[in-house]
Amino acid sequence: MGSNEFKGVMVFSEDFEIILELLSIGRELADKLQTALSAALIGYNVSEEYGQELIKHGADKVYIVDNSLLEQFNVEPYADVLLKLVNDYKPEIILIGATKRGKELAPRLATKLNAGCMTECSKLDIDDEGRLVANRLVYGGSSVAVGIFRTKPQIVTVPPHLFEKLEPSDRTGEIVKINVEVKEPRTRVVERKKKEVVGVRLEEAPIIIAGGRGLKSKEDFKLLEELAKVLGGQVGCTRPIAADYGWFTNWIGISGVKIKPKLYIAVGISGAIQHTAGIMDSKIIVAINKDEEAPIFKAADYGIVGDLYKVVPALTEAFKKLLK
Amino acid sequence: MVRILPTIIVPFKQIVDIKEIKVDPSTQTPITVGIPRKISDVDKNALEEAIKIKEKHGGKVIAITMGPSEAKTALREALAMGADEAYLLSDPIFENSDTLATARVLAKAIEKLGGFDLIICGEMTLDGLSAQVGPRLAELLDIPQITYVRKVTIDGNKVIAEKDLEEEYETVEAQMPVLLTVTREINEPRIPSLRDIMKASRKGITTWTASDLGISKEEVGAEGSAVQILKVTVPKVERKGVIVKAETIEEAAEELVKMILKEGVLRG
Repeated sequence: MGSNEFKGVMVFSEDFEIILELLSIGRELADKLQTALSAALIGYNVSEEYGQELIKHGADKVYIVDNSLLEQFNVEPYADVLLKLVNDYKPEIILIGATKRGKELAPRLATKLNAGCMTECSKLDIDDEGRLVANRLVYGGSSVAVGIFRTKPQIVTVPPHLFEKLEPSDRTGEIVKINVEVKEPRTRVVERKKKEVVGVRLEEAPIIIAGGRGLKSKEDFKLLEELAKVLGGQVGCTRPIAADYGWFTNWIGISGVKIKPKLYIAVGISGAIQHTAGIMDSKIIVAINKDEEAPIFKAADYGIVGDLYKVVPALTEAFKKLLK
Repeated sequence: MVRILPTIIVPFKQIVDIKEIKVDPSTQTPITVGIPRKISDVDKNALEEAIKIKEKHGGKVIAITMGPSEAKTALREALAMGADEAYLLSDPIFENSDTLATARVLAKAIEKLGGFDLIICGEMTLDGLSAQVGPRLAELLDIPQITYVRKVTIDGNKVIAEKDLEEEYETVEAQMPVLLTVTREINEPRIPSLRDIMKASRKGITTWTASDLGISKEEVGAEGSAVQILKVTVPKVERKGVIVKAETIEEAAEELVKMILKEGVLRG
């Protein structure tokens, strides 16, 4: 199979908002390659209006696959549907939103296609030879790997909220409805339990104050909230606080949310690489920790070594006094 | 109820200890040679979960890893934790395999082992952070997968697993055989006792090469990989690293606030 027969860029996410974001980077890549951009819209009772919305945001073509077995995301049927689309339309690049669902889908699809895959790519470009060049973090997030593909299609996953969706325009495109035979999935969802929503989306927050294991109870996060209130900021946390204790929905770090605020204040956070890799795009990083050897101080611009239960209230007062 | 004694396979990876990686200042590239190696953190949770399931339901745990002969230390550790059998997949032609080629090798080895009921992997390894080998292996073996599992129960021939997604927990059921990828919150991996370590040292480790697995050079290594890494660099962290000190905490706090205000990162 000659790889030249692959042409075009295709985007997919099970989350509609993320498809819009992918269309933005997808448009850029497609324009560089002077090729078409398509989006796959998979679900049940999918209205054509959604397809029009995708066209307005940059898609030339929208493939709608509608089937009652596709109402909820399930990795195997979704991978089968995408396999069919890729086999029929042969895109050279496939961009998939790097939600946890997207991240389990992409390698499964790639394996069906005998294709390569790079996950959570933070930068994508086309080189002089028309190859996709992707940057992604490795070694706990401490290093950046730059990779290319030796075969096509080239599959990458892109972190949510990394790219901003394009302004809608009155451009035109084509909507194609496709029938795909869908097998009954081999896994069955028996329960869905929404996490108690604590905290807001941090990806775009300009000021973030986050707590780690130095905080002894959920109530102690009030100290951080008071500081956040004075600064007009948001409160976040590290992985153990969210995943072990369940005090927050999601966490900041390489396996959770990557942030890029103007000001990040890390409270009682030791600063493992997996955490600091998620905060490195912050403009100013402040650390408060009682252990002066804590690695977080190496990743910070300013720090105070001391008991957070004393330092944080003092900081809140100082901001109140000086922020006039 | 059907009662089965599950055969559980844990494919894991021995990686460089990320914390120990040094940077070559002339090229700004990570130095990974001569750095201590260990079982990738979450892979240890995968081993622990397999051993816990065996302790409850019977059956056996087979630990497999692809890597150089040094990876035998990691297999010894897996045996000491409670794995029953250990396999090293080792061949110079496996070097520089991407996730596709790695999954191929693991799939061949698992097919050679014969039947199994469960495969448990970590959600991702800390070096590559790709989270691909689990799902790729499930696809190659044509079995269902349940990823990001933070709780699992075995009921007869059925697996019930709770997935930790961004905004929800999803409980999923599947008939075995099934592949799970687990998160580090699923358990606390045991630390083997000296006695366990002694006992494990008497257990054998089987090594399989490419020819044992019927794998040709075109399928693995750089040649059999679809992704080629051009370079790896360590971004320079340029942080000021100022520790604010003062007589009292209040004074230090005020000093810090003044510095932050000077940065102009607040308001507008």
